[in-house]
Amino acid sequence: MALSQAEVLVGIKEIVEEVAGIPAASIEMDKNFTDDLDVDSLSMVEVVVAAEERFGVKIPDDQVSELATVGDAVNFIVKVSA
Amino acid sequence: MINVRTGTNSRILSVGAYQPSRIVANSEIIEKIESTDEWIRQRTGIETRRFAAADESVLDMAEAACRQALDRAKISMDQIDTVILATITYPYQAPSAATALIARLGNPKAAAFDINAACAGFCYGVGMAKDFIRSGSSTHVLVVGVEKLSDFTDPYDRATAFIFADGAGAVVIGPSVDPGIGPTIWGSDADSREAIVMEPSWNVFRDGAPEGIWPNISQQGQTVFRWAVFSMSKAGLRALDAAGVSPDQLDAFIPHQANVRIIESMAREMKLPEKVIIARDIRTSGNTSAASVPIAMSALLAEHPQLHGGLALLIGYGAGLVYAGQVVQLPPKP
Repeated sequence: MALSQAEVLVGIKEIVEEVAGIPAASIEMDKNFTDDLDVDSLSMVEVVVAAEERFGVKIPDDQVSELATVGDAVNFIVKVSA
Repeated sequence: MINVRTGTNSRILSVGAYQPSRIVANSEIIEKIESTDEWIRQRTGIETRRFAAADESVLDMAEAACRQALDRAKISMDQIDTVILATITYPYQAPSAATALIARLGNPKAAAFDINAACAGFCYGVGMAKDFIRSGSSTHVLVVGVEKLSDFTDPYDRATAFIFADGAGAVVIGPSVDPGIGPTIWGSDADSREAIVMEPSWNVFRDGAPEGIWPNISQQGQTVFRWAVFSMSKAGLRALDAAGVSPDQLDAFIPHQANVRIIESMAREMKLPEKVIIARDIRTSGNTSAASVPIAMSALLAEHPQLHGGLALLIGYGAGLVYAGQVVQLPPKP
Protein backbone atom coordinates (compact mmCIF):
# COMPACT_ATOMS: atom_id res chain seq x y z
CA MET A 1 0.00 0.00 0.00
CA ALA A 2 1.34 3.41 -0.89
CA LEU A 3 2.53 5.53 2.01
CA SER A 4 1.21 9.07 2.36
CA GLN A 5 3.48 12.06 1.99
CA ALA A 6 2.55 13.24 5.49
CA GLU A 7 3.48 9.99 7.22
CA VAL A 8 6.78 9.69 5.36
CA LEU A 9 7.65 13.29 6.27
CA VAL A 10 7.04 12.58 9.95
CA GLY A 11 9.31 9.53 9.74
CA ILE A 12 12.08 11.38 7.88
CA LYS A 13 11.98 14.19 10.44
CA GLU A 14 12.51 11.69 13.24
CA ILE A 15 15.32 9.94 11.40
CA VAL A 16 17.17 13.16 10.54
CA GLU A 17 16.78 14.34 14.13
CA GLU A 18 18.31 11.11 15.39
CA VAL A 19 21.13 10.86 12.83
CA ALA A 20 22.13 14.52 12.55
CA GLY A 21 20.76 16.03 15.75
CA ILE A 22 18.61 18.55 13.86
CA PRO A 23 15.36 19.38 15.74
CA ALA A 24 12.45 17.79 13.85
CA ALA A 25 10.52 21.07 14.00
CA SER A 26 13.05 22.77 11.71
CA ILE A 27 12.90 20.04 9.04
CA GLU A 28 10.55 20.89 6.14
CA MET A 29 9.98 19.58 2.61
CA ASP A 30 12.01 22.36 0.98
CA LYS A 31 15.10 21.97 3.20
CA ASN A 32 18.29 20.93 1.44
CA PHE A 33 20.04 18.11 3.30
CA THR A 34 23.56 19.48 2.75
CA ASP A 35 23.06 23.24 2.75
CA ASP A 36 20.24 23.66 5.28
CA LEU A 37 20.49 20.64 7.56
CA ASP A 38 24.25 19.98 7.49
CA VAL A 39 23.64 16.31 6.60
CA ASP A 40 26.83 15.30 4.78
CA SER A 41 27.21 12.41 2.31
CA LEU A 42 27.97 9.82 4.99
CA SER A 43 25.16 10.93 7.31
CA MET A 44 22.90 10.80 4.24
CA VAL A 45 23.71 7.08 3.93
CA GLU A 46 22.63 6.59 7.54
CA VAL A 47 19.38 8.51 6.87
CA VAL A 48 18.72 6.40 3.77
CA VAL A 49 19.35 3.06 5.51
CA ALA A 50 17.14 4.07 8.45
CA ALA A 51 14.42 5.12 5.98
CA GLU A 52 14.72 1.81 4.12
CA GLU A 53 14.20 -0.12 7.33
CA ARG A 54 11.37 2.07 8.55
CA PHE A 55 9.39 2.21 5.31
CA GLY A 56 10.33 -1.17 3.85
CA VAL A 57 11.67 0.31 0.59
CA LYS A 58 14.97 0.11 -1.33
CA ILE A 59 16.89 3.28 -2.12
CA PRO A 60 19.84 2.36 -4.39
CA ASP A 61 23.23 4.06 -3.93
CA ASP A 62 23.01 5.80 -7.32
CA GLN A 63 19.69 7.32 -6.27
CA VAL A 64 20.99 8.75 -2.99
CA SER A 65 22.89 11.59 -4.66
CA GLU A 66 19.66 12.65 -6.43
CA LEU A 67 17.90 13.26 -3.13
CA ALA A 68 18.88 16.89 -2.54
CA THR A 69 15.95 17.99 -0.38
CA VAL A 70 13.74 16.43 2.27
CA GLY A 71 10.91 16.64 -0.29
CA ASP A 72 12.97 14.66 -2.84
CA ALA A 73 13.43 11.88 -0.29
CA VAL A 74 9.79 11.92 0.83
CA ASN A 75 8.48 11.84 -2.73
CA PHE A 76 10.88 9.07 -3.77
CA ILE A 77 9.82 6.89 -0.85
CA VAL A 78 6.11 7.56 -1.53
CA LYS A 79 6.64 6.67 -5.21
CA VAL A 80 8.49 3.38 -4.61
CA SER A 81 6.07 2.31 -1.86
CA ALA A 82 3.16 2.42 -4.30
CA MET B 1 44.66 -44.94 4.94
CA ILE B 2 46.55 -41.69 5.18
CA ASN B 3 47.84 -40.48 8.50
CA VAL B 4 46.50 -37.14 9.71
CA ARG B 5 47.83 -34.78 12.32
CA THR B 6 45.87 -32.97 14.96
CA GLY B 7 47.13 -29.77 16.48
CA THR B 8 46.20 -27.63 19.42
CA ASN B 9 44.33 -24.55 20.44
CA SER B 10 46.10 -21.30 19.80
CA ARG B 11 46.26 -17.68 20.87
CA ILE B 12 47.99 -14.44 20.01
CA LEU B 13 51.27 -14.44 21.95
CA SER B 14 52.36 -10.91 21.04
CA VAL B 15 51.77 -7.96 18.73
CA GLY B 16 54.31 -5.62 17.17
CA ALA B 17 53.94 -2.55 15.02
CA TYR B 18 56.05 -0.22 12.95
CA GLN B 19 55.07 3.19 11.66
CA PRO B 20 57.29 5.42 9.55
CA SER B 21 58.72 8.44 11.34
CA ARG B 22 57.27 11.06 8.98
CA ILE B 23 54.02 12.48 10.36
CA VAL B 24 51.87 14.05 7.64
CA ALA B 25 49.26 16.58 8.80
CA ASN B 26 46.06 17.41 6.91
CA SER B 27 47.58 20.82 6.15
CA GLU B 28 50.14 19.08 3.92
CA ILE B 29 47.52 16.94 2.15
CA ILE B 30 45.28 19.92 1.31
CA GLU B 31 48.07 21.63 -0.60
CA LYS B 32 47.07 19.38 -3.53
CA ILE B 33 43.30 19.07 -3.07
CA GLU B 34 40.59 21.62 -2.51
CA SER B 35 39.70 20.79 1.09
CA THR B 36 40.26 21.83 4.69
CA ASP B 37 41.65 20.29 7.84
CA GLU B 38 38.18 20.57 9.41
CA TRP B 39 36.46 18.81 6.47
CA ILE B 40 38.90 15.87 6.59
CA ARG B 41 38.54 15.52 10.36
CA GLN B 42 34.74 15.65 10.14
CA ARG B 43 34.46 13.10 7.33
CA THR B 44 37.15 10.65 8.43
CA GLY B 45 38.43 11.51 11.92
CA ILE B 46 41.98 11.62 10.53
CA GLU B 47 44.23 14.31 12.01
CA THR B 48 47.62 12.98 10.95
CA ARG B 49 48.98 9.90 9.20
CA ARG B 50 52.42 8.39 8.56
CA PHE B 51 54.10 8.19 5.15
CA ALA B 52 57.16 6.04 4.54
CA ALA B 53 60.29 7.57 3.08
CA ALA B 54 60.89 7.01 -0.64
CA ASP B 55 63.55 4.39 0.15
CA GLU B 56 61.59 2.75 2.97
CA SER B 57 59.97 -0.42 1.59
CA VAL B 58 57.11 -2.71 2.49
CA LEU B 59 59.77 -5.22 3.57
CA ASP B 60 61.57 -2.72 5.80
CA MET B 61 58.33 -1.95 7.63
CA ALA B 62 57.25 -5.61 7.86
CA GLU B 63 60.65 -6.61 9.23
CA ALA B 64 60.55 -3.96 11.97
CA ALA B 65 57.02 -4.96 13.08
CA CYS B 66 57.94 -8.67 13.09
CA ARG B 67 61.12 -8.13 15.11
CA GLN B 68 59.10 -6.28 17.74
CA ALA B 69 56.43 -9.03 17.83
CA LEU B 70 59.07 -11.80 18.11
CA ASP B 71 60.88 -9.90 20.83
CA ARG B 72 57.68 -9.36 22.82
CA ALA B 73 56.70 -13.05 22.50
CA LYS B 74 60.25 -14.13 23.44
CA ILE B 75 60.07 -16.44 20.43
CA SER B 76 63.04 -16.77 18.09
CA MET B 77 62.57 -16.77 14.34
CA ASP B 78 63.79 -20.40 14.31
CA GLN B 79 60.60 -21.38 16.15
CA ILE B 80 58.39 -19.78 13.50
CA ASP B 81 57.38 -22.43 10.97
CA THR B 82 54.85 -20.39 8.97
CA VAL B 83 54.65 -16.76 7.82
CA ILE B 84 51.48 -15.25 6.35
CA LEU B 85 51.93 -11.76 4.93
CA ALA B 86 48.91 -9.66 3.91
CA THR B 87 49.48 -6.73 1.58
CA ILE B 88 48.23 -5.09 -1.61
CA THR B 89 51.20 -2.76 -2.04
CA TYR B 90 54.27 -5.00 -2.45
CA PRO B 91 55.43 -3.96 -5.91
CA TYR B 92 56.48 -7.44 -7.12
CA GLN B 93 54.24 -10.29 -8.22
CA ALA B 94 56.93 -12.89 -7.48
CA PRO B 95 58.71 -14.01 -5.47
CA SER B 96 56.48 -13.11 -2.57
CA ALA B 97 57.15 -10.50 0.10
CA ALA B 98 56.83 -13.27 2.69
CA THR B 99 59.83 -15.19 1.32
CA ALA B 100 61.96 -12.03 1.22
CA LEU B 101 60.88 -11.36 4.80
CA ILE B 102 61.85 -14.79 6.18
CA ALA B 103 65.26 -14.46 4.53
CA ARG B 104 65.77 -11.12 6.27
CA LEU B 105 64.51 -12.47 9.60
CA GLY B 106 66.94 -15.38 9.43
CA ASN B 107 64.71 -18.42 8.89
CA PRO B 108 64.64 -18.97 5.13
CA LYS B 109 63.15 -22.45 5.60
CA ALA B 110 59.73 -21.51 7.03
CA ALA B 111 56.56 -21.89 4.97
CA ALA B 112 55.81 -18.39 3.71
CA PHE B 113 53.29 -16.78 1.39
CA ASP B 114 51.40 -13.55 0.69
CA ILE B 115 47.65 -13.15 0.74
CA ASN B 116 45.52 -10.49 -0.90
CA ALA B 117 42.38 -9.78 1.06
CA ALA B 118 42.93 -6.01 1.03
CA CYS B 119 41.99 -4.34 4.33
CA ALA B 120 40.68 -7.70 5.62
CA GLY B 121 44.04 -9.41 5.00
CA PHE B 122 45.25 -9.42 8.58
CA CYS B 123 42.04 -10.98 9.92
CA TYR B 124 42.14 -13.58 7.12
CA GLY B 125 45.69 -14.37 8.25
CA VAL B 126 44.70 -14.71 11.91
CA GLY B 127 41.93 -17.13 10.97
CA MET B 128 44.27 -19.18 8.80
CA ALA B 129 46.99 -19.26 11.47
CA LYS B 130 44.52 -20.57 14.02
CA ASP B 131 43.34 -23.27 11.60
CA PHE B 132 46.92 -24.27 10.66
CA ILE B 133 47.79 -24.75 14.34
CA ARG B 134 44.50 -26.54 15.02
CA SER B 135 45.19 -28.97 12.18
CA GLY B 136 48.79 -29.61 13.15
CA SER B 137 50.25 -28.03 10.00
CA SER B 138 51.98 -25.27 11.97
CA THR B 139 53.13 -24.58 15.50
CA HIS B 140 54.10 -20.91 15.58
CA VAL B 141 52.79 -18.57 12.90
CA LEU B 142 53.84 -15.01 12.20
CA VAL B 143 50.96 -13.02 10.67
CA VAL B 144 51.95 -9.68 9.17
CA GLY B 145 49.86 -6.89 7.66
CA VAL B 146 51.89 -4.26 5.82
CA GLU B 147 51.15 -1.48 3.36
CA LYS B 148 52.85 1.39 1.62
CA LEU B 149 49.65 2.92 0.29
CA SER B 150 51.31 6.30 -0.29
CA ASP B 151 52.83 4.67 -3.39
CA PHE B 152 49.35 3.84 -4.75
CA THR B 153 47.34 6.91 -3.78
CA ASP B 154 46.73 9.85 -6.10
CA PRO B 155 47.61 12.93 -4.02
CA TYR B 156 45.22 14.95 -6.23
CA ASP B 157 42.20 12.65 -5.71
CA ARG B 158 39.76 14.54 -3.47
CA ALA B 159 38.10 11.28 -2.38
CA THR B 160 41.14 9.32 -1.23
CA ALA B 161 44.24 11.54 -0.86
CA PHE B 162 43.69 12.07 2.88
CA ILE B 163 42.65 8.50 3.76
CA PHE B 164 45.48 6.10 3.06
CA ALA B 165 48.80 5.72 4.85
CA ASP B 166 51.76 3.44 5.52
CA GLY B 167 52.79 1.02 8.26
CA ALA B 168 53.07 -2.57 9.42
CA GLY B 169 51.75 -4.73 12.23
CA ALA B 170 52.45 -8.34 13.16
CA VAL B 171 51.36 -10.97 15.64
CA VAL B 172 52.93 -14.23 16.75
CA ILE B 173 50.28 -16.93 17.08
CA GLY B 174 51.21 -20.09 18.95
CA PRO B 175 49.87 -23.05 20.89
CA SER B 176 47.65 -22.56 23.89
CA VAL B 177 45.82 -24.82 26.34
CA ASP B 178 42.61 -22.79 26.12
CA PRO B 179 41.26 -21.48 22.83
CA GLY B 180 42.32 -17.84 22.42
CA ILE B 181 40.96 -17.27 18.90
CA GLY B 182 37.27 -17.72 18.07
CA PRO B 183 35.76 -18.98 14.81
CA THR B 184 36.40 -16.75 11.80
CA ILE B 185 33.33 -15.21 10.22
CA TRP B 186 34.36 -14.41 6.70
CA GLY B 187 33.05 -13.99 3.19
CA SER B 188 32.69 -11.66 0.24
CA ASP B 189 30.26 -9.36 -1.52
CA ALA B 190 31.84 -9.70 -4.93
CA ASP B 191 28.91 -8.03 -6.71
CA SER B 192 30.31 -4.81 -5.22
CA ARG B 193 33.90 -5.40 -6.33
CA GLU B 194 33.89 -2.09 -8.24
CA ALA B 195 33.45 -0.18 -4.96
CA ILE B 196 37.19 -0.18 -4.16
CA VAL B 197 39.71 -0.69 -6.97
CA MET B 198 43.35 -0.23 -7.87
CA GLU B 199 43.37 0.52 -11.59
CA PRO B 200 44.50 0.26 -14.34
CA SER B 201 45.99 -3.22 -14.69
CA TRP B 202 49.78 -3.67 -15.05
CA ASN B 203 49.14 -4.63 -18.70
CA VAL B 204 48.82 -0.97 -19.68
CA PHE B 205 52.54 -0.50 -18.99
CA ARG B 206 53.44 -3.31 -21.40
CA ASP B 207 51.29 -1.55 -23.97
CA GLY B 208 52.92 1.84 -23.35
CA ALA B 209 50.73 3.75 -20.89
CA PRO B 210 50.46 7.52 -21.21
CA GLU B 211 52.55 9.45 -18.70
CA GLY B 212 50.93 9.84 -15.30
CA ILE B 213 48.98 6.59 -15.50
CA TRP B 214 49.48 4.50 -12.39
CA PRO B 215 47.37 1.90 -10.51
CA ASN B 216 46.10 4.16 -7.75
CA ILE B 217 43.40 3.14 -5.32
CA SER B 218 39.96 4.67 -5.68
CA GLN B 219 36.66 4.03 -3.97
CA GLN B 220 32.95 4.79 -3.99
CA GLY B 221 32.67 6.30 -0.53
CA GLN B 222 28.92 6.03 0.05
CA THR B 223 28.73 2.41 -1.14
CA VAL B 224 31.63 1.40 1.07
CA PHE B 225 30.21 3.31 4.04
CA ARG B 226 26.80 1.67 3.75
CA TRP B 227 28.29 -1.81 3.40
CA ALA B 228 30.82 -1.30 6.16
CA VAL B 229 28.41 0.07 8.72
CA PHE B 230 25.39 -2.11 8.11
CA SER B 231 26.79 -5.40 6.79
CA MET B 232 29.95 -5.42 8.87
CA SER B 233 28.18 -4.73 12.15
CA LYS B 234 26.08 -7.84 11.43
CA ALA B 235 29.27 -9.82 10.67
CA GLY B 236 30.77 -8.58 13.94
CA LEU B 237 27.74 -9.78 15.88
CA ARG B 238 27.99 -13.17 14.14
CA ALA B 239 31.66 -13.43 15.18
CA LEU B 240 30.67 -12.72 18.80
CA ASP B 241 27.87 -15.28 18.60
CA ALA B 242 30.14 -17.93 17.04
CA ALA B 243 32.68 -17.43 19.82
CA GLY B 244 29.97 -17.62 22.49
CA VAL B 245 31.01 -14.19 23.76
CA SER B 246 28.34 -11.62 24.61
CA PRO B 247 28.93 -7.89 23.99
CA ASP B 248 29.03 -7.50 27.80
CA GLN B 249 32.00 -9.88 28.02
CA LEU B 250 33.98 -7.96 25.41
CA ASP B 251 36.82 -5.68 26.54
CA ALA B 252 37.81 -4.10 23.25
CA PHE B 253 36.62 -3.56 19.68
CA ILE B 254 39.43 -3.31 17.14
CA PRO B 255 37.93 -2.93 13.67
CA HIS B 256 39.82 -2.08 10.49
CA GLN B 257 40.64 1.63 10.72
CA ALA B 258 38.86 2.86 7.60
CA ASN B 259 37.05 5.92 8.89
CA VAL B 260 36.18 7.03 12.41
CA ARG B 261 32.57 7.57 11.33
CA ILE B 262 32.33 3.91 10.22
CA ILE B 263 33.87 2.79 13.53
CA GLU B 264 31.41 4.88 15.59
CA SER B 265 28.40 3.80 13.51
CA MET B 266 29.39 0.11 13.69
CA ALA B 267 29.73 0.28 17.48
CA ARG B 268 26.30 1.96 17.66
CA GLU B 269 24.68 -0.59 15.32
CA MET B 270 26.18 -3.46 17.33
CA LYS B 271 24.98 -1.82 20.56
CA LEU B 272 28.36 -2.35 22.22
CA PRO B 273 28.28 -1.43 25.91
CA GLU B 274 30.05 1.77 27.01
CA LYS B 275 32.76 -0.20 28.80
CA VAL B 276 34.06 -1.73 25.55
CA ILE B 277 37.20 0.20 24.61
CA ILE B 278 37.11 1.09 20.92
CA ALA B 279 40.25 1.50 18.80
CA ARG B 280 40.25 4.85 17.02
CA ASP B 281 43.86 4.74 15.94
CA ILE B 282 42.88 6.09 12.52
CA ARG B 283 43.05 9.61 13.98
CA THR B 284 46.84 9.57 14.01
CA SER B 285 47.60 6.65 11.68
CA GLY B 286 45.19 7.02 8.74
CA ASN B 287 43.92 3.93 6.93
CA THR B 288 46.79 1.46 6.55
CA SER B 289 44.65 -1.33 5.04
CA ALA B 290 46.02 -4.77 6.00
CA ALA B 291 48.21 -3.20 8.70
CA SER B 292 45.51 -1.23 10.49
CA VAL B 293 44.18 -3.87 12.90
CA PRO B 294 47.56 -4.95 14.37
CA ILE B 295 48.82 -1.34 14.49
CA ALA B 296 45.62 -0.34 16.32
CA MET B 297 45.93 -3.37 18.62
CA SER B 298 49.50 -2.45 19.56
CA ALA B 299 48.55 1.20 20.20
CA LEU B 300 45.47 0.25 22.24
CA LEU B 301 47.50 -2.08 24.50
CA ALA B 302 50.09 0.65 25.04
CA GLU B 303 47.36 3.11 25.98
CA HIS B 304 45.29 0.66 28.08
CA PRO B 305 47.67 -1.95 29.57
CA GLN B 306 44.76 -3.51 31.48
CA LEU B 307 43.53 -4.89 28.14
CA HIS B 308 46.37 -7.44 27.96
CA GLY B 309 44.69 -10.86 28.09
CA GLY B 310 41.23 -9.36 27.57
CA LEU B 311 38.75 -10.26 24.85
CA ALA B 312 38.66 -8.21 21.64
CA LEU B 313 36.50 -8.35 18.55
CA LEU B 314 38.58 -7.89 15.38
CA ILE B 315 37.02 -7.24 12.00
CA GLY B 316 38.65 -6.39 8.69
CA TYR B 317 36.83 -5.44 5.49
CA GLY B 318 37.85 -3.99 2.17
CA ALA B 319 38.33 -4.27 -1.58
CA GLY B 320 36.60 -7.30 -3.06
CA LEU B 321 34.49 -6.61 -1.18
CA VAL B 322 35.79 -9.08 1.41
CA TYR B 323 35.60 -9.36 5.17
CA ALA B 324 36.76 -11.48 8.10
CA GLY B 325 36.30 -11.13 11.83
CA GLN B 326 36.93 -13.08 15.01
CA VAL B 327 37.00 -12.74 18.77
CA VAL B 328 40.53 -13.03 20.16
CA GLN B 329 42.15 -13.00 23.54
CA LEU B 330 44.61 -10.11 23.44
CA PRO B 331 48.27 -11.03 24.03
CA PRO B 332 49.65 -11.12 27.58
CA LYS B 333 51.86 -8.32 28.84
CA PRO B 334 55.36 -8.85 27.39
